[in-house]
Amino acid sequence: MTISVASGKGGTGKTTVAASLASVIPQSVYIDCDVEEPNGHLMLQPKFTLEESVNKLLPEIDYNKCDFCGKCIEVCEFNALINLKFEILLFAEMCHSCGACEYFCPQNAITEIPKELGKLRSGITENGIKFYDGLLNIGEATAVPLIRKVKAKIDNEKINIIDSPPGTSCSMVETVKNSDFCLLVTESTPFGLNDLKLAIDVVKNINVPFGVVINKYDETFEEMENYLTENQIEVMLRIPFDRKIAEAYSNGILPVNNSDKIRREFIGLIATIKKKIKSNVTQMTQKKQIFAD
Amino acid sequence: MKIAVTSTGGSLDALVSEKFGRCQYFLIVDSDTMKFEAVSNLGEQMQNNAGPKAAELIINKGAEVLLSGHVGDKAENTLRKAGIKIVNGFTGNEKVKDALNNYLKTKEN
Amino acid sequence: MKQIVILSGKGGTGKTTVSSAFAKLLQDKITIDCDVDAANLYLLLKPQSRNQFEYFGGKKASINPELCTQCGLCESVCRFDALHNYVIDPLSCEGCGFCYRVCPDDAIEFTETKSGNYFECNLIDDSKFYYAKLLPGEGNSGKLVSEIKKSALTNVGENIKWVIVDGPPGIGCPVNASLSGADFVVIVTEPTQSGIHDLKRLIELLKTFSIKCGIVINKYDLNEKQTLQITAYAGKENIPVLGYLPFDKDYIEAIKANKTIVEYSSKAAKDIENIWSKVEFFMDISKN
Repeated sequence: MTISVASGKGGTGKTTVAASLASVIPQSVYIDCDVEEPNGHLMLQPKFTLEESVNKLLPEIDYNKCDFCGKCIEVCEFNALINLKFEILLFAEMCHSCGACEYFCPQNAITEIPKELGKLRSGITENGIKFYDGLLNIGEATAVPLIRKVKAKIDNEKINIIDSPPGTSCSMVETVKNSDFCLLVTESTPFGLNDLKLAIDVVKNINVPFGVVINKYDETFEEMENYLTENQIEVMLRIPFDRKIAEAYSNGILPVNNSDKIRREFIGLIATIKKKIKSNVTQMTQKKQIFAD
Repeated sequence: MKIAVTSTGGSLDALVSEKFGRCQYFLIVDSDTMKFEAVSNLGEQMQNNAGPKAAELIINKGAEVLLSGHVGDKAENTLRKAGIKIVNGFTGNEKVKDALNNYLKTKEN
Repeated sequence: MKQIVILSGKGGTGKTTVSSAFAKLLQDKITIDCDVDAANLYLLLKPQSRNQFEYFGGKKASINPELCTQCGLCESVCRFDALHNYVIDPLSCEGCGFCYRVCPDDAIEFTETKSGNYFECNLIDDSKFYYAKLLPGEGNSGKLVSEIKKSALTNVGENIKWVIVDGPPGIGCPVNASLSGADFVVIVTEPTQSGIHDLKRLIELLKTFSIKCGIVINKYDLNEKQTLQITAYAGKENIPVLGYLPFDKDYIEAIKANKTIVEYSSKAAKDIENIWSKVEFFMDISKN
């Protein structure tokens, strides 16, 4: 079972929610896909046991064979190669590792060599949460290949909590797609609402069932309540605006470890999500049966 | 000697373009005869790596010197690799032919 | 003309609050929101009018089933897991064109696709403001950032002194794109473990660009110990701290009222003015 935690806007409390969920589920797996700015490890404090390089492939040119015909330049959609006629210049940060240059080179002068794009770290926390995160090398432009490698650590026998990068673009989609459920974390401000709407568009688009958590909840912000009621969107948890929570967070302390009430609420939340996933699965099989009939 | 000038139009009377990667035209001028070729810069529309792509274009045209307003770092490195001399600091108020004449004059001195 | 980019690494630290305050405070400026995933600045600046432009983020491949002989070559070369059963998933397609070039039956089309919109607006003080919206799930936000900056910065009038850029979160491709042509970067951070962690990664990135920067510590009184830590770190890195903003409900109330903080609170307005004068000061120093 895989539950992703995402939000359009950054800083709404995604990591807090994801780490809190993981800490109330026995033997859960926590997967931090926010590889540009991974923060889950600050909250869960795992002991890292392994750090592996994740590579991307880059073309290397054998100048004994290259005749500077320019075919590789022609097939590169990302303008990563430049033909100086005495050298083929590679702009590595532009390269998407599609492999077209190697395939189409008439002289067989190109081989692809691995270059590190980031790290995949594995660890375990004191209370037995399996922890994985990705750390994109600084200056690297494409996070998606690293996210794929981190996501490959999903353990289908366990409950996996995935912390998504903020936003609504390719990194977020890559993270959230194929989840059984997505929690969208927002906050009671016009920014939070605006970005929640964008995030809802995305999860609907990729057919992932979702629910909303409102962090820094403030009941006086009616626009959000109205939007959620009108669109029949379920709010699964409201975490009040509280300076104490913010202060604890600033020291890397999760609200579930600070307040019994919030801990109970998170235990309730995970139970509801499980139920929803189960009923989604039954609905799906029922639908399939109707089709079959 | 072939001199490349970033330009806003296809003639020697056009104004110099201060931009390199995203200029509209390159004029490739033979300084001995003042005959020139106007090449439209595909990089103007390009979203990725426009600077180095523009550098590639004038390298392949055989230019030895480039006159422009400002050349970005990546393009500059590319041009230097090919041994092209970069003369920056021309403004969009001068015509291409004036920029050329100014450059040739300072070169003589 | 000087270009100031506001960044944070971590989301939600107050980038847009600071950007909007600068935009309100300054004259002779243009303002650009480069957070194309989740643009918020327009909610505070309330543009009076807008022109919409379409953004084509690059090419995507699609298979024409009438011509496809199901040889499977395309699927075997695609590295982005975008091809299954002779159908291309546009969300996974990165637009490399490999399948299109390799197809022996010319059954694959490879065309520019629309992946967002961008807007040119007039603000109430008649200055120009630009923002963009990526279609949900689209990649290439870095390209859209370049595109919107390009369109904002061509034909800038000579009277324009400042370009204020509200940057995207993170340290990836769109951030790199938002930094092109920057004269100074204002980093908005907060005294939390995550804030400090992300601040350090952002500063590593900025070093590779060799752009001068300064730090604003937002919500500084939330954790004064960590605020001191940031200040010490900044000192070690030789980066000026431009100012401290308090953890104050006014900041949220202002956003809820769709107002910039300088319109909402005169005390905050003073703080922001002080920060701005430091920006000008340190930018000048960096020139020498």
